[in-house]
Amino acid sequence: METRAHPKRPYLSIFISLAALTGIEVIVAGLAFEPALRVFVLLGLAAFKAALVALFYMHLRYDHRLLAVIGGFPLLLVLVMLIILMVDRVVQS
Amino acid sequence: MSHASSTPGHAHITPIWQGIPTPKFAVWLFLASEIMFFTGLIVAYISLRYSLPDWPVAAELLSVPLVAFNTFILICSSVTMVLAYDSAERGDLRRSSYLLLATAILGAIFLSIQAIEWADLMGEGVRAASSMFGGTFYTLTGFHGTHVAIGVIWVTAVALKAFRGGYDENHLGIELAGLYWHFVDVVWIILFTIIYLI
Repeated sequence: METRAHPKRPYLSIFISLAALTGIEVIVAGLAFEPALRVFVLLGLAAFKAALVALFYMHLRYDHRLLAVIGGFPLLLVLVMLIILMVDRVVQS
Repeated sequence: MSHASSTPGHAHITPIWQGIPTPKFAVWLFLASEIMFFTGLIVAYISLRYSLPDWPVAAELLSVPLVAFNTFILICSSVTMVLAYDSAERGDLRRSSYLLLATAILGAIFLSIQAIEWADLMGEGVRAASSMFGGTFYTLTGFHGTHVAIGVIWVTAVALKAFRGGYDENHLGIELAGLYWHFVDVVWIILFTIIYLI
């Protein structure tokens, strides 16, 4: 069978990172510490995992920059909005 | 049919997506609209959750270990999907076909576990109409599950086409299905944190 030369990409390393981060998230969620800090840590971990999938599995890291703008800009807005919303709610409560 | 770009007196117009296959550009625009769709649902969930005093504690009502396992299943499906694309890029369509099939099976397992979770919750009296939590929970996870179901159908169709040698010349179809599948994974990563962990 003919195989073509192709750059080696860290797909399995990303998979291991995603699985490990999911485990860390579950552990952090069970820890009793400042709720606002826990929310920040959990949202940060989720954002990091989402970024790993978008950059490496959806190839935004390697692909045309325009695709990164189309996909990344709304995601950035979503993350900023969620963080502001969560902080506002935690501060109020 | 006239082409403005070739009409004398008009400047040559270059599409901003030049260099990107048009179907791929279209899928990315679709995904951008999907981000906004899920954002609306998520923000509604968060607003209601922090506005209502009797919101249940997720860890007490929901099965976090079961859903964490289900999250792992979806992550596994993402890696099989990206490896299917990678195999197609390398010209190994046979391996790509099996990895696509594995992706669809993992997606079906995810949906089955979600159905078990829903059945358990309904057995405990948590229904869409019984509380604001139930309404928002089933809306969010239901819309996501619908997307997974569509993805399973799409990836299965792509796998069958790949087995028949349909991507020997061009494997853009595998890449497009992969983009959608990974997007569904990204949405779940966010939903898992917001619904089950926070």
